[in-house]
Amino acid sequence: MNKNPVFVGLQNYKTVLTDEVFIISLKNTLYFTIMSMIFHLFLGLSFALMLNSRVVNPIVISILRALYILPWMFTPAIVAILWRLLLSPNGVINYFLQALKIIDSYIAWFSSFSLAIHALTFVNIWAGYPFYMVSILAGLQGIPETLYEAAAIDGANEAQKFLYITIPQLLPIIISIEMLDFIWTMQVFPIVWMTTGGGPGHATEMLSTYTYKLAFSTYKFSLASASGVIILLLSMSVAFFFVRHQKARE
Amino acid sequence: MSSKLIKHKRIIIIIIHAGLLIGLVYAGFPILWMLFSSLKSNTEIFSLPPKLLPEVFTLKAYRAVFSSPMKVRFFLNSYLVATLVTLLTVLVAILAGYSFSRYSFKFKKPLTFFIISTQMVPLITLLIPYFGLVVAFKMYDTYFALIFTYMVFTLPYAILMMTAYFNTLPKELDEAVMVDGGSTFYVLWKVLVPLSVPGIIATGVYTFLLAWNEFLFALTLTKSTEMRTVPIGIHLLMGQHAYEWNEMMTMSILGSLPILIMFLVAQRYFLAGMTAGSVKI
Repeated sequence: MNKNPVFVGLQNYKTVLTDEVFIISLKNTLYFTIMSMIFHLFLGLSFALMLNSRVVNPIVISILRALYILPWMFTPAIVAILWRLLLSPNGVINYFLQALKIIDSYIAWFSSFSLAIHALTFVNIWAGYPFYMVSILAGLQGIPETLYEAAAIDGANEAQKFLYITIPQLLPIIISIEMLDFIWTMQVFPIVWMTTGGGPGHATEMLSTYTYKLAFSTYKFSLASASGVIILLLSMSVAFFFVRHQKARE
Repeated sequence: MSSKLIKHKRIIIIIIHAGLLIGLVYAGFPILWMLFSSLKSNTEIFSLPPKLLPEVFTLKAYRAVFSSPMKVRFFLNSYLVATLVTLLTVLVAILAGYSFSRYSFKFKKPLTFFIISTQMVPLITLLIPYFGLVVAFKMYDTYFALIFTYMVFTLPYAILMMTAYFNTLPKELDEAVMVDGGSTFYVLWKVLVPLSVPGIIATGVYTFLLAWNEFLFALTLTKSTEMRTVPIGIHLLMGQHAYEWNEMMTMSILGSLPILIMFLVAQRYFLAGMTAGSVKI
């Protein structure tokens, strides 16, 4: 370490913010995060509603619920290696996609410039939706039955009940989990590091891998710190609203 | 009910069943593939056409993992670090939660706010200053490095969870015991803690999960193979070998075991711990 540090003002921030790779990482991170948030909500809400519908045997439901939570039980490192096996060029997913004539030839998902980011997002969606499902299920069970009974008396159909009771009642929970998901997904590291490592090139470079490489591959700790603070500010801006939202719920 | 409505209802029921089945394949297939790959020989994993069930069940991969001192060491390290982090975190969280719940003191509000906001700091931001600190304190490549840094991000929520749990227990209870001559510590350890077992379990599960799953700090703050935890071990093995996929899947199954067991044994506390933050518990 340097014994005679020099104060450089905001120079490091300027260097990072004008770095082409930083801009790519920011774009990738936002795409990865926002797509994850959308599909997590879609899958989590769909699964929760299906599990909460009373048309299936309750024992079957409780078994299915436990099985649907499973992807969440696995450490990100394990999720990464599992999907490297499944998505490997001679892996089982390529086999099925080709058998179903969806693709012509085997694809190396994690080393394709155009597809790696989508493959990575897909993996993250798979690993993360159970959090939404469990939270939304808890929310659904907290909606008072009397609201639905009153709506039924007023002649509301299922779609109206869903739109005017279920969704508004769930909204505070949905807002909370989306904000937490943003903060968590934005800093995702192991899944990226163990599948693509940010590559090929910088096709899947994320803010976290960009910062990590600055610090531990090129040893530019000052630039890495600046980049780390930028990530902090991004997540703090959401965290600020999260804390306000939680306070309002109390 | 008119026949049209009945037909309509039938269609919805069919859609729900179909959806549940699709969900089952989506969630379950990758995991079954992991499980059965760990029971196959390495060549059979890539046999064409692929088969889910192994033709010959073999525990070879499990034997290989258990007979490798290095791989066993990864597991021991993970258990050691996660257990110590959990015990220490729960201990500190009980003490801190007790004071937050029962006493009023200067700067209590800003301190609570500070604790909440530390949770939101991304790990990658913390990594660089902690790396510097760990090196400066000569803790690099030791268990202490992992235990102390993990507690930085396990403690905030653990404290909030324990405070919230103690808040549900009436203050009159403490007062009644104190009138009978019980000391503060007596109240905490003999009265409040036994009553808070569900909260303590949820806090412990939450902490254990964070410590067990951690990747970034374990990757950066340790260097020698003897210090590596399971996630990093898997990462290293993947880089080194011409992939022994059956062994990698075995490591994955074994590495998920403590979490799966906690989930099966204490599902309610587990979910309370895991969803902490989104749903009020």
